Formats: sequence, structure tokens, C-alpha cells
Amino acid sequence: MSDHHHKETYITKYVFSTDHKMIAKQYLVTGIFMGVIGVFMSMLFRLQIAWPDRSFTIIEAFLGNHQDGGVMSPDIYLALVTIHGTIMVFFVLTAGLSGTFSNLLIPLQIGARDMASGFLNMVSYWLFFLSSVIMVISLFVEAGPASAGWTIYPPLSALPQAIPGSGMGMTLWLVSMAIFIASSLMGALNYIVTVLNLRTVGMKMTRLPLTIWAFFVTAIIGVVSFPVLLSAALLLIFDRSFGTSFFLSDIFIQGEVLHYQGGSPVLFEHLFWFLGHPEVYIVILPAMGIVSEIIACNSRKPIFGYRAMIGSIIAIAFLSTIVWGHHMFVSGMNPFLGSVFTFTTLLIAIPSAVKAFNWITTMWKGNIQMNTAMLFSIGFVSTFISGGLTGLVLGDSALDINVHDTYFVVAHFHLVMGVSAIYGMFAGVYHWFPKLFGRMMNKTLGYWHFWITVVAAYGVFFPMHFVGLAGLPRRYYANTAFPLFDDVADVNIVITMFAILGGAAQIIFLANFFISIYKGKKATQNPWKSNTLEWTTPVEHVHGNWPGEIPAVHRWAYDYSKPGHEEDYVLQTTPLKEGEEES
Amino acid sequence: MTALLYILLAIVVAVAIWQVTSILNFKSVIATEKDNNTQGILFAVFGVFFYGLMIFSFVKYSIILLPDSASVEGESYDTLYMVTMVLILVVQAITQFLLFYFAFKYRGIKDRKALFYADSHKLELIWTVVPAVVLAGLVLYGLSVWVDVMDPSDAENPLIVEVYAKQFSWEARYAGEDNELGLANVRNIKGINTMGVDMSDKNALDDIPVRELRLPKGRKVIFKFRSQDVLHSAYMPHFRAQMNCVPGMVTQFAFTPSLTTEEMRLNDKTIAKVDGINKIRAEKGEDTYEFDYLLLCNKICGSSHYNMQMKIIVEEEEDFNAWIKNQKTMAQVVQ
Repeated sequence: MSDHHHKETYITKYVFSTDHKMIAKQYLVTGIFMGVIGVFMSMLFRLQIAWPDRSFTIIEAFLGNHQDGGVMSPDIYLALVTIHGTIMVFFVLTAGLSGTFSNLLIPLQIGARDMASGFLNMVSYWLFFLSSVIMVISLFVEAGPASAGWTIYPPLSALPQAIPGSGMGMTLWLVSMAIFIASSLMGALNYIVTVLNLRTVGMKMTRLPLTIWAFFVTAIIGVVSFPVLLSAALLLIFDRSFGTSFFLSDIFIQGEVLHYQGGSPVLFEHLFWFLGHPEVYIVILPAMGIVSEIIACNSRKPIFGYRAMIGSIIAIAFLSTIVWGHHMFVSGMNPFLGSVFTFTTLLIAIPSAVKAFNWITTMWKGNIQMNTAMLFSIGFVSTFISGGLTGLVLGDSALDINVHDTYFVVAHFHLVMGVSAIYGMFAGVYHWFPKLFGRMMNKTLGYWHFWITVVAAYGVFFPMHFVGLAGLPRRYYANTAFPLFDDVADVNIVITMFAILGGAAQIIFLANFFISIYKGKKATQNPWKSNTLEWTTPVEHVHGNWPGEIPAVHRWAYDYSKPGHEEDYVLQTTPLKEGEEES
Repeated sequence: MTALLYILLAIVVAVAIWQVTSILNFKSVIATEKDNNTQGILFAVFGVFFYGLMIFSFVKYSIILLPDSASVEGESYDTLYMVTMVLILVVQAITQFLLFYFAFKYRGIKDRKALFYADSHKLELIWTVVPAVVLAGLVLYGLSVWVDVMDPSDAENPLIVEVYAKQFSWEARYAGEDNELGLANVRNIKGINTMGVDMSDKNALDDIPVRELRLPKGRKVIFKFRSQDVLHSAYMPHFRAQMNCVPGMVTQFAFTPSLTTEEMRLNDKTIAKVDGINKIRAEKGEDTYEFDYLLLCNKICGSSHYNMQMKIIVEEEEDFNAWIKNQKTMAQVVQ
């Protein structure tokens, strides 16, 4: 950042940019592209679940030699659910959500000219891009992509004899994820350093918007937990390619005994979930931050219980690293550990409840501006509660026994982290679109997008709980082998129809997004009348964010409708009036 | 090639939308008072839809749920489940109502100023302490059930059964006269000895290998699970029982069957569910279904994961004893 006037070429401005705003856009567009693939896959396998015997030309068209007369093969079904999960969790909701908004907002909201290391930030994005490319390439491998589930438990993921996707497909999956983790670590370190060191004058930690708190803590969780997944991936690569036995032991497959001895798949599960569980908070915390900000701004009220909100973010982050065993209650792990993990898991409900109540209270006696971002934020609170509450069933080891790995789980985590985080991402895109592209998104299309999505999402995931409670395991290619589940077939058709409706609604978003980039109404400097610093920068992007001095900060981010002020918002840069108390 | 066609079609649709939307006024971007009003009302309407969907689902889909538990341990599971579910539904009903109601009630009006209300220690204390107390109760209750289910050490004369998983079928082995399973390892798999039982172990000789699982009513059954290839999960939903089968180690789960297959077939909920299923099957021209307990695989294990099952029959203890007497022991089978 030493030289503000150096000449930018097309390459340095749009491709290998070190400007956090451009990198945010790169993350967003890549994330959306991966999201389209991930959602499209879910449409394909939902067709299979609803009509297992029926032939579909769309399946014939896209699945090549993995289908027969328009009916997909069991292996590609498993591959689709695997890659759907991988893409949505990591590529869309980790990189696409956190990557976009941490990059965009951290410098802008703390008053910094850029990230601490612009170069590292650029490398981080391009590693993410590379890992996306490898993941997409893995879809075209002859034997099909990885298909052992997104949790890639060995031995299934280690042995090509066990499932064809565990050949080249799994190799590429592991390579892609290893690169992804490197990217994510670089990003996270950058976010942490930037928040700690580059805050403008007056921006105390207790004046930071909750978005920044969320991104900051998310980055810490990422740094703590992602390396463990990397080690698990490396050990798995060793088992697969170099004959070690970290996770494998006593295996007899296709008529022969393999040489592995002494390893344990349960060890892999521990390593995987040591990241895997914090990962869901890596996904949801940024969404929570975004939603806190948008609900306060659009309710024209201060966020209720600002310090409690920070406290609960930290509590959730801490607890998130000691609850991983709740994914393993019936893994064969010592039942005593199950008791411990039940205790820590249900503790998480407390800070989560505090957050939910605080959001609702923030809306109470507000003057709610129904912008699209606000609608999605309300949607977020709703799905977070609906999905979070069933966590009381799954987090309780005793109750988990009979619903573990059924559709009840699928319904739970899709609502609480999938749909919720996607809503948070949509809310963020609608709200900060003017900061990203200097233009506004259309509100009518936004409303249509929201209402169709919200009805479809509940239409999909509410009935799905019952499918799980009927005892139907997840990842079944078809239920036709069990007359017991014949009565679930109708529910599955309803779910698939809502899924298609919801998927189709995203076309409205895509149209709105891409058209608005070019044709949207030019944004004004502070369209939502928000308090935070990013709205004091010029609409047109400038390298270094503020053309002159970085403004100093005099108050917290939530002085909405504060008595004694003319307007119903007070920028953080406004000095306290004489005798005015800081909230 | 058709894929290309689909992609082209998608592009055409996109262009069409582009054209239509450019006619639309892209200038309307910020919510007006009118928008606040409409969207606020829509939230109220959605609230009604939301509760409607919940009630509808409960009414319409209750029939597909699992019938009453068929094991003693499962009964305490069901009670814990009911308590938790009632709690969940109460909290769900209240919080969602408040959310949608506030969205409706406080929809923006021009010139109204929101209430500046940033903090209340009292309120926050309430909604930290109340969930904490409720959860403490739930944790204690849940853990007491968990310990009961997972610790079968005080069972008198339990039946020991090994359940053996492989792609994509199940086998089982009863411990025989001595009620002690012989050692086993996949390295001993040979010919008819498909579970790799170690025939040099004297405990193994009287073990009884079977392809159909029969359990006596009223006697605690301790299952020992093994897998020969990948992870599987032995899921017996009617008994509220599940445990993963892990290659290289033996895992365990126990329950006491409390209803024979015959008794379960006469259970009201089972009858209603089976009638529902048979109505659907009749429409499709399939033969009639009769209820049976099942063991199914519930951990992704490969292509035929969706069809890895074994029938379980629960019968009175004397019937079970008569049946098992007629089964061949390992010694007889391997001979």
C-alpha cells in the first residue's frame, strides 16, 4: 500500500489483484458458480429419491456413462450427495460466504486501507480457485468423483475396491481439499492480524460491528481446527498410496485379506470431526454477524445486548471445539465420552438461545425497513431456531441412537446451518451489493426470490424430519428394497417438488445479481442509512478505500434512533455531543 | 449432447429473463413505506402458513412414524423423546410467533422513530438462566437414559450374539452353550467359515452361525458387532438400537426385546401403518406386506448400501430355544 498511484494493468486490477474489494468479488463469483453446481446436483438426486424407477432425460443428458436409460446408477447417486455436501459446505458456505464478506468488510468496517497482507490475500484466493478447479475436474474422472459421503470415512474412502469413486476421484478430492485448507488458513491468518492491528483511531474492540467480531472469531476457529483436517487428509493419503495403516485394520474385501493392521477408522472420525464440527460454526458465525448488523440497521434500533452478543460468539466458538464427539455417539467410542460430549453439546444451546432472543428483541418496537436483506435476516432467525431446536434431540446421546444418520439429521443440519447460512449470504449480498458493485439490486425480484425460497425451504425440510423419524437412513439410493418405507415415497415426492421450486427460485437471484452489476441503479453513498464505516467510503472503488485520511471513530456501531439526534442513525465517525453518553 | 442442449436452453432462458427484467424498472431498490406494509403483512401470512405446515405435517405424517418401541430400553427412549419434543415444540411455537408477529407489528412507518433500547441485564439474565436450568434437567435426564442403555453389565444371563457386517449383507453368530463367542479375525476367512471364526479357540466350536436373526422376548441380548470391510451401522429402529460396525474392532449394544413379532403385528400403530403401506402397494399392484422387524445398514458403505438388510424375528423364549437347538454349530458346519 506504499504507493497509491502505481499503474494498474488489467491483470493486476481484475485477475491477480491484491485489493480486498476485488478479492471479495472474486470469492463471491466463484462461490456462486460452485453453488450453482452444488444446487443442481441436489436437484438430480432429489429426482432419483422421489422417482427411483423413472427415466429422466436430464439425468441421461448430464450423467453420461453413470446412468442407464435416464436412471442414475447407485454409485453416481452416492457421488452426487458427496460432492453436493463438499461443495456446499466448503466451497460455497466457507469460501463463498466467509471469503467474500470477511474480505470486503474487515478493512472497510475497521477503517483500514487493505488487509494486512494483500499478497497473501491474493494467494489465498487463487489457491481457493485452484482447489475449485480440481474439485470440478474430479467430476469428469472415468470411475466417477469421490462418493464416500462428504465425511469421507475410511475404509470406504481408502479402498477403490469398496466403491469406484475411491480411486482417482477421491485422490483429486483430497488434493483439492488440501489446497483449500491452505487457502483458508492464509485467509484466516490475514483476517486475525488485520482486525488486531489495523483498526482506525478510536475503533476499540468494543466498538466493532458484530460482523467483524463474527469474522474475527471465525478465523480463529479456522486456524485452530482446519490443520487437523489437513493432517487427517494427509494420513489418509498415506494409507491410500503408501501402504500405512493409520485408519485401516483387518480388512477382507473381494476375496482377499489386505495387509493393513492396527489402524482405526474411529481415529479418522475424531480427526475429521475436530474440524467438522467447528466447521459448521465457521459457516454459521459469519452469517450471524451479517444478520446482526442487518437486523439492527433495518429495525433502526441498536442491536440488543451487544456485549452479550460478543460473549455468545466467543462462547460458541470455544464450545464448538469440544463437542465434535456428538457426531460419534454410536461410532463405537467409549460411552463415557458420549456423556461428556452430550454435556458440552447441550451447553451450546445457551449462547445460541441468547442470540436468538436478542435478535427478536432487537426487532421489538423497531421501525422495520423491509429491504430484501432484512427479509432474509428474519428468515435466518426462523430457520436457525427451527433447525437449532432439533439439535436438542441429536445432541443428546441417548436420543441420537435412533435418529443418527437418518433423514432427521439431514433436515436438522440443512435448516440450522445450510439454509440459515445461505440466507445470511443472500442477506449480505443484497445489503452490501452497493459496496461491491457500486449499484443496487432490484427489490421486486428480491422479494420474489425471498418468498419462494422461504416457502420452498420449509416445504423441503419440515416434512423431511418425519421421513427420518420413520427410520429411513440417509444416503439410500432408493427405498424400494424395503416395503416398510413404501409410505415414505409420497412424502419424498412432495419434498422433491419443493426442492425444484426452491432451486428454480435461485434463477431469479442470479438474474437480479448479474443484471444489477451492469444495469442496477447507481448506488448512493449510504443507501441503508447505516452507521458503519464502510458507508463513508466513496461509491466508486478506490485503492486504499478512503481518498484522504482514514476517519476516526467516536462511538459504537449501533446508535440507531438515539434520542437527541435528528436522524435515526449516527455514523460511527460522528463525535459524541457534549454531555452525550456512549451506549 | 443433450446436456449441451440443456445448457443452451438455460442460456436462452437467462437471456429471456434478462430481456424481461430490463423492461422491469431496475430503479426500485429501497423499501418504501408501502413495501414495509406489504412485506409486514406477508410475514403475518407466512406465519399462518408456517403453523399450518407444522400442524399439517403432524396430522398427515404421524402415520409413517415408527410404532411403539419393541424393547424395554426403547420405552425409556420414547419417554425421553416425547419430553424433549414437547419442549422443542413449545419453544418453537413461542419464538417463531414472536418473530413473525414483530415483523408484522413493527413494519416501518414514515416519521416513526424506533425505541432506543440497547440493553437489559434483567432480560438477558432471564434468557440465559432459564435455558441453562432447563438444559441441565434435560442433560441429567438424557444421561441417565444413556447410561442405562449403554451399560448392560448388570444383566442376568444375557444372550450374546455377534452381528457381522460386510458389503452388502449381514450374518450372525450365537455364542452357543458356553455363551461365549470364540475369537475371530478376517484372516481366518476360508470357504464356509465366512466370519473368520478361529477354530482353534475352544469357545468357537459351539458357536452357531446363522443368516436369520432370532431373539427371545424378555431376555437381554448383548450384540457384538464386527465388520469385514468398511464401516457399516447396525440399525434396528424398532428397538431404538444402533451401533456402528468397525473393521478392526468389536463394538457393542444391548437391549431386551419386549414384543414378539406376532405381538407387534397386532399393535394398533403397526396395523395402521401396515394398512397405509398396503393401500399404496395395492395401487401399484404389488403383493401384500406383512410387518417384520429389520436390521438395516445405516452407514454409507457402497453401491448396495440401500439394500443391506436382515430380518429379525422376536419370539417367546421357549420357541427361540427350540429353534436354536436345531441349528448347526461351527464345529458341525466347518466339518
